[in-house]
Amino acid sequence: MPRNNEIKKVLVIGSGPIVIGQAAEFDYAGTQACRSLKEEGLEVVLLNSNPATIMTDKDIADRVYIEPLTVEVVEQLVLKEKPDSVLPTLGGQAALNLAMELEENGFLRRNNVRLIGTTSETIKKAEDRLEFKTTMEKIGEPCAASLVVESVEEGVRFAEKIGYPVVLRPAYTLGGSGGGIAKNRGQLMEILENGLRLSRVGQVLVERCIAGWKEIEYEVMRDGAGNCITVCNMENIDPVGVHTGDSIVVAPSQTLGDKEYQMLRTSALNIISELNITGGCNVQYALHPETFEYCVIEVNPRVSRSSALASKATGYPIAKVAAKIALGYTLDEIKNAVTKKTYASFEPMLDYCVVKIPRLPFDKFISAKRTLTTQMKATGEVMSICDNFEGALMKAIRSLEQHVDSLMSYDYSHLPQEELLEELAVVDDRRIWKIAEALRRGISYDEIHEISQIDKWFIDKLAVLVEMEARLKKEPLTRELLKEAKRIEFPDQVIAQLAGKTAQEISNMRYADGITASYKMVDTCAAEFAAQTPYYYSVYGSENEVEKTSGRKKVLVLGSGPIRIGQGIEFDFCSVHCTWAFSREGYETIIVNNNPETVSTDFDIADKLYFEPLTPEDVRSIVDLERPDGAVVQFGGQTAIKLTESLMKMGVPILGTSAENVDAAEDRELFDEILEKCGIPRPAGGTVFTAEEAKKVADELGYPVLVRPSYVLGGQGMQIAINDHDIEEFIGIINRIAQDHPILVDKYLQGKEIEVDAVCDGEDILIPGIMEHIERAGIHSGDSISVYPARSISEKTKRTIEEYTKKLARSLHVIGLINIQFIVCGEEVYVIEVNPRSSRTVPYISKVTGIPVVSLAAKVIIGGKIRELGYTPGLAPEADYFAVKMPVFSFEKIRGADISLGPEMKSTGECLGIAKTFDEALYKAFLGAGIKLPKHKNMIITVRDEDKEKAVEIGRRFERIGYRIFATRGTAQAMKAAGVRANAVSKIEQESPNLMDLILGHKIDLIIDTPPQGAERAKDGFVIRRNAIETGVNVLTAIDTAEALIESLENTNIRKLTLIDIAAVG
Amino acid sequence: MMKAFLILEDGTVFAGTSIGSTKEAVSEIVFNTSMTGYLEVLTDPSYAGQAVAMTYPLIGNYGITPDMESERAWPKGYIVRELSRIPSNFRSEGTIQDFLEKQDIPGIAGIDTRALTKILREKGTMNGMITVNADYDLDEILPRLKGYRVGDVVAETTCRKPYTIAGSGPKVALMDFGAKKNIARSLNWRGCAVTVYPAFTPAEEIIASAPDGIMLSNGPGDPEECAAVIEEIKKLYDTDIPIFAICLGHQLMALANGAKTYKLKYGHRGGNHPVKDLSNGRVYISAQNHGYAVDAATLDASVAKEAFVNVNDGTNEGFSYVGKNIFTVQFHPEACPGPQDSGYLFDRFMDMMKGAR
Repeated sequence: MPRNNEIKKVLVIGSGPIVIGQAAEFDYAGTQACRSLKEEGLEVVLLNSNPATIMTDKDIADRVYIEPLTVEVVEQLVLKEKPDSVLPTLGGQAALNLAMELEENGFLRRNNVRLIGTTSETIKKAEDRLEFKTTMEKIGEPCAASLVVESVEEGVRFAEKIGYPVVLRPAYTLGGSGGGIAKNRGQLMEILENGLRLSRVGQVLVERCIAGWKEIEYEVMRDGAGNCITVCNMENIDPVGVHTGDSIVVAPSQTLGDKEYQMLRTSALNIISELNITGGCNVQYALHPETFEYCVIEVNPRVSRSSALASKATGYPIAKVAAKIALGYTLDEIKNAVTKKTYASFEPMLDYCVVKIPRLPFDKFISAKRTLTTQMKATGEVMSICDNFEGALMKAIRSLEQHVDSLMSYDYSHLPQEELLEELAVVDDRRIWKIAEALRRGISYDEIHEISQIDKWFIDKLAVLVEMEARLKKEPLTRELLKEAKRIEFPDQVIAQLAGKTAQEISNMRYADGITASYKMVDTCAAEFAAQTPYYYSVYGSENEVEKTSGRKKVLVLGSGPIRIGQGIEFDFCSVHCTWAFSREGYETIIVNNNPETVSTDFDIADKLYFEPLTPEDVRSIVDLERPDGAVVQFGGQTAIKLTESLMKMGVPILGTSAENVDAAEDRELFDEILEKCGIPRPAGGTVFTAEEAKKVADELGYPVLVRPSYVLGGQGMQIAINDHDIEEFIGIINRIAQDHPILVDKYLQGKEIEVDAVCDGEDILIPGIMEHIERAGIHSGDSISVYPARSISEKTKRTIEEYTKKLARSLHVIGLINIQFIVCGEEVYVIEVNPRSSRTVPYISKVTGIPVVSLAAKVIIGGKIRELGYTPGLAPEADYFAVKMPVFSFEKIRGADISLGPEMKSTGECLGIAKTFDEALYKAFLGAGIKLPKHKNMIITVRDEDKEKAVEIGRRFERIGYRIFATRGTAQAMKAAGVRANAVSKIEQESPNLMDLILGHKIDLIIDTPPQGAERAKDGFVIRRNAIETGVNVLTAIDTAEALIESLENTNIRKLTLIDIAAVG
Repeated sequence: MMKAFLILEDGTVFAGTSIGSTKEAVSEIVFNTSMTGYLEVLTDPSYAGQAVAMTYPLIGNYGITPDMESERAWPKGYIVRELSRIPSNFRSEGTIQDFLEKQDIPGIAGIDTRALTKILREKGTMNGMITVNADYDLDEILPRLKGYRVGDVVAETTCRKPYTIAGSGPKVALMDFGAKKNIARSLNWRGCAVTVYPAFTPAEEIIASAPDGIMLSNGPGDPEECAAVIEEIKKLYDTDIPIFAICLGHQLMALANGAKTYKLKYGHRGGNHPVKDLSNGRVYISAQNHGYAVDAATLDASVAKEAFVNVNDGTNEGFSYVGKNIFTVQFHPEACPGPQDSGYLFDRFMDMMKGAR
C-alpha cells in the first residue's frame, strides 16, 4: 500500500520532561520518527515541553512548540497550525493519554484531524484493564486471574478469593507508578489506596501473583495491511516481580527452546493483530519455568523503552518504521536502512548477545530502599554487545560508571552464610554480586536457583566469571589464560588485580601477544547479507570487520553513557549536535557510547558508531584501530571529561580546551591563582582531605559552609554544613569512596544564583544569555527554576558577569564551551563554579535564544572565529520574551528518598515555559511540570525560622486566592501575628490530629516544608514529605519556589496561552 | 580439549575445538541463522550431505528436548561458536555434547562463525572438511574437497517402507523425500490419516490407495538428482488428486512440469525470510532451508502461476498450478524450527481436499 497522500501536515506529540519510566528513549523515538516524516516531504509540527531534547530542534521539525503537554495546549495548537493528522504513538504514555482525551472529548473529530499510528479503540483495548482482559479472552490468550477494582474493599474481597500474594497495577500510569506486590491484607490496603489515587481513571488491577516465572518480551511491528513481524525477543534475568526497566535483560532469549519461542511469538502476533495496531508494540509475558503455561502481562500499543532497546540491540529502526507505517506504507515497501538490500518485513537475526543493565539512582538517594519491585526506579540504562553472554555482562557492568568493573566490585565475603542466603532472596541492584559470592563459596546452582528463581543457565554464566577470577588468582598467567579472560571481557585492571600485576603489565603482555579487541558489525541479519551500516561492537578472538577509512579527518566524539541524575539527556543533545557540526565541516565522525535510549546511538548519526563502555581501555582499543585526528570531550559530560588524560596518553589530541585548562578549573589552587590574577572574587574556602582539616577551615570561614568533592557531577556529595558535627558526617560520606582529589570547603553565600554558558574562540566570547535561578544559592542549579533573561539583576551586574566570563574564558584558554555559576549579593558578583565544557543548560539556552551553541562551539574548536561566524562577541541582545526552565522530579518512584532540595541534584528532567511575559512563562512552566492546583484549596505550611518572614507573606497571598492554611505551631503563630489566618496543627510526633492525619485525609493540595540546613535537614519532616509525595501531594521545600508558585497561581486567569514556535526564534 | 579444524575448499582454515565425534567429515558447508531450534535443525533430513554452521553463537542452552524432526541427526558436521556448559530447560533430557557423540556427528566449536558466514556469503556455498588431524595436508585435501558432491541423498533419508498415522479426516499420502516429522504432524493434527510412502514408491501404488490428497515433502540435495521421482510426480500431476508440496517437493513438481532449477549462491536457511503471497499482497515470515530454487521464468505461465516470492531477493517461493488442485511452496509452513505464520497453508490444503471430494 503506498503512502496515504491525504497526510500532509502532522502534529507529533513528545513525551515531556524526563521522569523515571519515561526517559530519553522517547527523544530517540520522536527524533527518528520526525526525520522519517520529513524524509517523506511532510510538514512536521512538534509539541514537547522538554527543552533538553533533540526532537525539539528546528533541524528536526518544521515548527517546534516547547509548551506544556495539556489538552488545552494541544487543542489551541491544532487550531493554530491546522495539521491534518496527529501522531501520538512516539511520545510514550504522556502523548497517548493526551490523544485519548482529545479523541474522547470529540475535539479531533470536530476539527477533522485524524489520529495516525493508532486508533483510540486500539489504545482503549490495550490500556483499559477490563477491555484488555476481555479482548485477550476472546482470542484465547491467557492472562493471570485478575480483576479491575475501583475501591479498596473490592480489592480485598478479590484478593482473598484468589489468594495472596497479588500484584497491583494502576491503570494509565507511567512506569507502573503506584503498583506493587501485596503479600497480605495490610500491604494490599496500603498499596491499593495509593494506586487508586494515582490512576487517571481511578482503577487498579488486582492480579494473581506470577512472581518467579520467566519474564519474556516481544517487540512486534504490524502494518495497515495486517503484515506483522517480531523485531526481537528479550528475556529478563530477574524473573517476574521486577519491572522490566529495572531488570537485567538479555536479547535474544537464552533459555527458551524453539517451542516456547514460537509459542510466544505466535501469541504476540495474534495480539497485535487483534488489537489492530499499526506500528510498534511491546508484549510482555510471564512464562512458567516448568510448563508451557504463560500469561500475557502487558501490552504497550506504542513504541516504548523496550522498543528503543530492541532497536539498538538489533539495528532495526522501530520508530522510523512505525512512522512510515503511520503514513500508510506496508512493511515490504520500507527498505531496511541497515542492509539497504532487504526490507522492513523481515525479522532481525542476531549473531551476538545483548545485555542491558539498569542505572539505578541509589547513589543519589542514599536513604532510599534498594529493593526492586514492579515500580520502576531506574533513571537510565546501559547496553552492551558481545559474542558471548559473560563478555556482554562484563562490558555492561563497567559501562554503568558506578565504580564497578567485575563481579568482585561489591564485597560480600564478610557476610555469614545464613545472611548471604537471606540476601539472595532480596531483589535489589546488587543481586548478581551476591550470587557471585555464593558461587565462590560453593553454594550449589540448585540452591541459588531455589532462592532467587534465576534460571540456572544464567547462574552458570556467572560461575564462568567466578571461575575465571579463581584461575587468574591461582594459575600462572599464560597467553591462553589471558586470551580466555579477555574473551569473556575481563578488563586489564581486574586481571592485574587478580594476577598480582599492574594493568600496564597486562596491557603490555596483551599487545605483545596480539590479544587485542576486534570489532564486529550489527547488521540485523547475522551476516547473511552485506550491510552498509557501520555499527560495531568489540569481541576478542575473532576477525576484525571494521573497514579502514581514510581521506577525511577523523574526530572521535565521546558520549555521556547512561542517563543518571545530574547527567541527563542534555549531554546527548550536545554530543549529537557536535557530531553533526563536525560532519558538516567535512570530518569523518565516530561516536562511542553505551546508552541504548539515546539519539547518539542511532546508527545514522555518526559515520561510525561503537557501542562500547566508556573506559580508557575500551576507548584505547577503538583508538588503536581508528587513529582519530582528535577527540572531543567537552560535550559528553563528566563521562567524557574523565577520559581526557587517557586519550592524551594514547596520543589523541584533545580538540578544544586543553586538558591542563580543564584541570585548572577543577584544581583549587590553580583556579584560585587564576581568579586572583583576573581580580574576580569567589567565596573564601580551602581544600582538605580529612574532617579535622575541614573543621579548621570551617572555623576560619565561619558556618555555614559548603562541602563537596572536586571533579563531580550534579553536585554529588555536596552539602551545606552548619556545625562541626555536620562536617564529620559529610566528610565521612564523601570518603566512603577513595578520593583522588581534595575535598572543597567554601563559605556558603546566600545570594542570587546566576548561570551563563558561553562560547569562546580563544579571543572573543559569546554569551547567548544570562540565566537567573529563582531559588537562592544552596539548591543545586539543576534543581532550581531558571529564568532567561535574568530579571532581577542590574544592567551593571550583567556587564560585570560578561566581563568576568570573558576574563575567565581567556585565562583558562577555553576553546569551545564554558559554563560559569555566579552568586550575586547586591552588586557583588562571586564566582562559585567554572566548568570548561558543555552544561545542562546548553540545549535550553540554545533553543530560547536561537543561537546554535553547540555547533558554534564545534566550529570554534576547529579554528572558527565568533566574528567570522556572523556573531557579535559579548553578551547577545536579550530576547523579547521570557523562558523558564522548571525542574521535574520522580520522587514518588523512589521509596524512601529524601525529597528536600539542597546542593545535591535530585531532579530527573525539566520542562520549559516560554511567553511574552514572565508570569505566563512561569505559569506554563508549572503547568508543564504537572503541578495541578487547586483541587481542595487546603495547604500546609511548616518552615524553618529563617523562612518565617517570607512564609507569612506567601501565606497571605495564598489566603487571598482562597486557600485554607494549616501550619505547625511556630509557623502558625508567626502567621497569626501578621494577620494571616492559619490553623495550628500538631507535628507528627505529637498526638492526633496531626499533620499526618491531614495528609492521609487526602484534602491537601500543597505542602510548603522548608527543612533546616545542616545534617539534620534530612531527618526533620522526612516522614511528612515522603507520605505527601507518595499520596500524590505537591511538596515544595524551598521558600523561593513557593513564592514563584503563588505568583503563578495569581495569574491563572491566563486563559488563553500564547504558543510560541521555537523554530522561528533567533 | 581436542583441537579441530575446519578446512574450506578455498584453502581457508579455522582452528577450534572438537565437539561430538572425532571422525573426519567432508561435506558441503552451509549456514543457518535461526536463533533457536538447533535440535530441529540437526534432525532435519534436508541437511544430509552438508555440515551446518549456526550463526547464533550460543548453542545448546536448553539441551536436548523431545523436539526431533526425524529419528536421527543428519548433518555430516556441526559448526558452532560456543556450546553451553549446562543445559537449562524443564524438558531437557541431555546435553548437546552427548547427543553429537551418540549420533556420531563430528563438529567444531570456538571458531569465528561470523567470519565463516561472510566467506560463504561472498564466495557461495562450498565444500569443506572437519578434522581433528593437526597434520592436515592442504595439497592432498583441497582436491578431495573440490570433488565432493552431495549426491542422491533422498535415497538415504527417505523411509524404507510405508507407514500410517491414524486419523479420522481426509486420507493423505505423504511422499517422504526426507520429510520433517512436523509435516505429518501438522496434517494429523488437522485430523488427516497420513500414510507416509518411501520416495521411490511408484505413482500407481499411491493412486491406487485413493488418497484424498498428496503431500510432497521437503528433502535434501539437488532436485535434478531425483530424475526417477520426477517421472512419478508427472503421473501424480495428471490425476485430479489435490497436491500440496513443500521445498524439495515444490521443486520436483516444477521440474516435472518442465521448469529449471538452479543452485542459489548460499541458499536460504533460517527463520526470518519474508515471503509474499501474490494473490493478496500479504507478507509472511517463513522458515526456510533450501540451496536450490526454481527459475520461475522457465515454468510456462499457462501451467503454473507464481504464488509466492521472497521479498528480499525476489526468488520464487511457490506456485499455484493452473486448472489443478495443486499448490507448492519453497518455504516450510510446518515450521519447527521457525515461525508458524504460514501454517494456514495446511488449512488451505484441507479445504482443497474437502472441495475435491
